[in-house]
Amino acid sequence: MQPLITVEGIHTYYGKSHVLDGVSLIVGKGEVVGLLGRNGVGKSTTLKAIMGLVRPSRGRVLLEDRTITHLPADRLARLGIGYVPEDRRIFPLLTVTENLRIGLHRRGVTEARKRQLLDKVHHYFPVLAERRYQAGGTLSGGEQQMLAIARAMMLEPKIILLDEPTEGLMPRMVSHIRQIIDTLHSEGVAILLVEQNVPLTLQVSQRIYLMEKGAVRHHAAAAELQVSDAVIHQYLGV
Amino acid sequence: MDIAFEQILIQTVNGVVTGMILALVASGLTLIFGIMDVVNFAHGELFMLGAYVGVITMAATGNFWIALVVASLIIALLGAALYLITLRPLLGRDPLNTILATFGLSLVLQNYALWQFGPVARKIEEPFTGHFTLFYLDYPWYRLVIAMLSAGIIGALWLFLKFGTYGIWIRATTQDRMMAQAMGIPVPMVLTGVFALGSGMAAASGVLFGPLVGVNHAMGLDWVLKAFIVVVVGGMGSLGGSVAASILISLLEAYASLWVSPAQAVIVSFVVLILTLLFRPTGLFARVPR
Repeated sequence: MQPLITVEGIHTYYGKSHVLDGVSLIVGKGEVVGLLGRNGVGKSTTLKAIMGLVRPSRGRVLLEDRTITHLPADRLARLGIGYVPEDRRIFPLLTVTENLRIGLHRRGVTEARKRQLLDKVHHYFPVLAERRYQAGGTLSGGEQQMLAIARAMMLEPKIILLDEPTEGLMPRMVSHIRQIIDTLHSEGVAILLVEQNVPLTLQVSQRIYLMEKGAVRHHAAAAELQVSDAVIHQYLGV
Repeated sequence: MDIAFEQILIQTVNGVVTGMILALVASGLTLIFGIMDVVNFAHGELFMLGAYVGVITMAATGNFWIALVVASLIIALLGAALYLITLRPLLGRDPLNTILATFGLSLVLQNYALWQFGPVARKIEEPFTGHFTLFYLDYPWYRLVIAMLSAGIIGALWLFLKFGTYGIWIRATTQDRMMAQAMGIPVPMVLTGVFALGSGMAAASGVLFGPLVGVNHAMGLDWVLKAFIVVVVGGMGSLGGSVAASILISLLEAYASLWVSPAQAVIVSFVVLILTLLFRPTGLFARVPR
């Protein structure tokens, strides 16, 4: 496995609260990696630290061989890291198309390529084509989630940091998100997936990291784990 | 007291014309507040410095339109520099810090102008000197021209924000700064650009308004006070709201001055401000995201 993202012993603080206590993990090129743990163990903060939205006080993050620990998020987005936050955070007053087009204004992206990318996400998410002139804030929760993923895809990322994409969604929508993760994986896009839905995470991921109290405590191939395993029970209480 | 219909029409024209000038001052202010959360107390001084740069350029070139463009560009650059030096280091801190910083900046710029240009008002020659007859009045064409130019500049800003690539960046940054950055938008650059744009608009209004009043170091105070009222009444950060509130307040003041003196009519804008804060603190025309 060729490492795409390497996180080496990062520590972060929110005020005096020590949120990440030496998190280390690796995501290989084109790999889907699940990051599991109870609420508040620092999974989302790990994604934010990789994305440059939270500055680690110690440790480092590498994209391939390049240290990116202190690069701003906009540079990281242009280097190929897509981010889909837990609460979707689409731009509510921009139309669906405007939300998507934001990621297209990058150096070297031709008009033809922009059209291709828009067509591609419309193919994956036909509802976004139907609602292209609608304000993002008027979409349903599931549609907003699709828009958040599609928006990240417009950056043509090497990796997408996906934070609880199925939270609060109906089963049909969960199954659609799962298909999208599989499709992105088949296209060679790596995914670091934070999820509370353990069965789904075990199904779509190749490897799993289990977090507790701000650090990775266990690491295994997804195929070796089952929802009923003691280790899952220990770290997730499932 | 009987009010003639023509007096009401004249005051309507006056109200709309003054409203459009006020809207131009207020739109720079609301742009900076809406996008950067910065209450810019130095906006009036950028308006005043714009007028002075206009005076100097007019003296050098004799052309009002060149003065308008040069003043807007120079003050936009000055605005960018002031933002980088004084406000950017305060990002993320208590908003009181930026309020105090812009207030301090306002005093420095005002006293600089007093020191540099003296207390005597300068004059910018208006580019049109003709009048037309509006009932019993000789109404200057120039007042109509600045109202139309203000409308044109605000319209161009709206089109830029609505359809321009960087306009979409600005709107995205307004709505969610963190996600804008995560989508590859260079947010610090956008913020600097917005401050420069707002400053340039203040300068443009200073030059346009210069021929109607003398250019002096304190000329920004009244207009910016009124622009702040407009920004609050229109809805903090709402460009359309600022335009609507500017026209509403100017019309109300114009109509009020049919009964009382213009100095007393100013009270109307404060009444509207207080009523807005009491009954609709988000502003009369604000669009609230769902």
